[in-house]
Amino acid sequence: MQKRVTFNNKWLPYLLLAPQIVVTIVFFFWPAGQAIYQSAFIPDPFGLSTQFVGLGNFEFLLSDPYYLSSFGTTAIFSFFVTLISMSFALWLAVMTDRVIKGSGPYRTLLVWPYAVAPAIAGVLWLFMFNPSIGILPWYLAQVGYDWNHTLNGGEAMTLVILAAAWKQISYNFLFFLAGLQSIPRSVIEAAAIDGASFWKRFRTIVFPLLAPTTFFLLVVNVVYAFFETFGVIHTITAGGPQQSTTILVYKVYADGFVGQDLGSSAAQSVILLIIVGLLTVVQFRYIERRVHY
Amino acid sequence: MTRLTLAALAATTLLTATPASAQVQIDFWHAFTGRLAELLDAQVAQFNESQSDYQVVAAPKGNYSEALNAGIAAFRAGEQPHILQVFEVGTASMMAAEGAVKPVFEVMEEAGADFDPDAYLAAVTGYYSNTEGEMLSYPYNSSTPVMYINRDAFEEAGLDPDMELETWAQVEEAVTALKEGGSSCPFTTAWQSWVQLESFSAYHNLPFSSQENGFAGFDTELQFNGPEQIAHIAMLGEWTEDGRFIYAGRRNEAGQPFRAGECAIMTESSAGYAGVKDEAEFAFDIRPLPYNGEIEDAPYNTIIGGASLWVLEGHEPEKYEGVAAFLNFLSTPEIQAQWHQDTGYLPITTAAYTLSQEQGFYEENPGTDIAIIQMTGKEPTPNSKGVRLGSFDQVRTVIDEELEAVWAGDKTAEEALNTAVERGNQLLRRFEQANR
Repeated sequence: MQKRVTFNNKWLPYLLLAPQIVVTIVFFFWPAGQAIYQSAFIPDPFGLSTQFVGLGNFEFLLSDPYYLSSFGTTAIFSFFVTLISMSFALWLAVMTDRVIKGSGPYRTLLVWPYAVAPAIAGVLWLFMFNPSIGILPWYLAQVGYDWNHTLNGGEAMTLVILAAAWKQISYNFLFFLAGLQSIPRSVIEAAAIDGASFWKRFRTIVFPLLAPTTFFLLVVNVVYAFFETFGVIHTITAGGPQQSTTILVYKVYADGFVGQDLGSSAAQSVILLIIVGLLTVVQFRYIERRVHY
Repeated sequence: MTRLTLAALAATTLLTATPASAQVQIDFWHAFTGRLAELLDAQVAQFNESQSDYQVVAAPKGNYSEALNAGIAAFRAGEQPHILQVFEVGTASMMAAEGAVKPVFEVMEEAGADFDPDAYLAAVTGYYSNTEGEMLSYPYNSSTPVMYINRDAFEEAGLDPDMELETWAQVEEAVTALKEGGSSCPFTTAWQSWVQLESFSAYHNLPFSSQENGFAGFDTELQFNGPEQIAHIAMLGEWTEDGRFIYAGRRNEAGQPFRAGECAIMTESSAGYAGVKDEAEFAFDIRPLPYNGEIEDAPYNTIIGGASLWVLEGHEPEKYEGVAAFLNFLSTPEIQAQWHQDTGYLPITTAAYTLSQEQGFYEENPGTDIAIIQMTGKEPTPNSKGVRLGSFDQVRTVIDEELEAVWAGDKTAEEALNTAVERGNQLLRRFEQANR
């Protein structure tokens, strides 16, 4: 039985909702509307003149093979960032959950990287993997592997995925740990008494009970990989080599802010908006069905 | 913001009861950091102390792209600074923005400032002038590509460091010998598009794009896929295959391994001099950029890079008088010579060059005049006075991407340059459309 709250005053609920609605309108609907409007024009950077082109910007984009391949790049990047950061965080959370003595410092240390700004995280990894002065390429050279992510697209992709995933592990870890701790001990202990192994308990009890957390993190991580990894990519590869690490949101930046091509940039934002909308619908319709709260 | 600061200034003036009226504040947004920012601040402080009418306030706004964006965003919001530093590839975008920029020659004329366009080095100002030869922006920091060699690395590989390296054929012999002598990085280059394509084309009087490299109109088409450029890139591509050319990155990343002593030869901006001098623990030389000896009449001049100062529209006349006074101050031989000697940027006036000669700077620092000699050797031709393209930053990115494909062995030089031209032309057409 759900609790129902009734308001005596007709306007009070609207008043209470108003701040959220204002924030949504000002920071979401208004800019989104602007992007849709601007995508029909080619303006000059200073806003002195503008040309109406209708769907011209979209035509230009969709006939650009580099833009089309950026979809694939984004898919690969998001998939691996989400997979690596979530699986690693889950593993760490499960391990930390078992630590009895001194779990505090472990947790603090594991959460630490979340406080690192994306650009700093990027520079950190860049230093470690710098082909001429980095420590890891030096070790790789010892075993006969020539690391050069400035020319090798696969290596560049690996590097940005690692850096972006590393940055997100802490966040996922925190939620997984909280999720784990809210699982009733009695259920796990009962299973243990029945002779279920650790792995079996994890698979049949813990993981299903973590499903709401996992689902929430899935949505958050995909959004993270799509939008917030900009700093990492910008500092490590700047989208190169040959656009092999140019994800969609980086291209919005590159065209809009470096190229001053605001029309194309706006059109890309509109396309991104549609993609994210679709992704969210898919996640809630098809994946959430399998989640039990 | 400006109004607030002015009000604050006025308030403090009242409080301290200084008899002088409030100074006119001139905002100057730039893209310098580190040592260069310190030197710029020193210049500004010197100007502010030298007179009492104007107060220049310098504010760093990130890197070149970010500073330009900040300027554009500020203009759209009606909060633009008076002076904005814009890198050379942003030149066409600024020129196209009629109504947003106030040409420097106009600022100088209106202020009645003592301004003689002939006092400036034509090879430098040409890049920032219109087809009538009128100066549109003030060439604050200009450099040109030169070649640095690590003398110790030559000796280690058993080569004479004084060997002739005037032509690319001679450099090819050298890098091959260096490789055989055990060098892990015989050759590297910074700013590949600027050095190996833009300057290469100008140096050999080959068009980079039609319409005088874009100087004569926005309807320009890229033409750097000529046989000479293809042969040059193909040669560098061959070098990457067997480790004679080590690619380090799109911007000035090559400076790092060179300064660390790993690389024997590097082509870089003349402004890289300060860093090399500071960090190199080996004997080094500066040489002119090599040319292809098989191309007739080569070399011409190389082209400049760096940035210039643009004056933005929409301020009161008294502000422009201040701007004119500041730019005039920057042009004085003493200030110019000091800047040139501290940074490795080119002196922009003949007087500053002469002054540096008189001070014996070039004798004490051999090689520092090579950039100027290289720039002023011959009268610039329509192919060598510069490159002015819309969306040039993006065009350069396209070129970088395609060149990387050559270095990685994914494409031949011909395929890569043809694709770069094709992709670049699309960007130019969009720019043309936006600025119709």
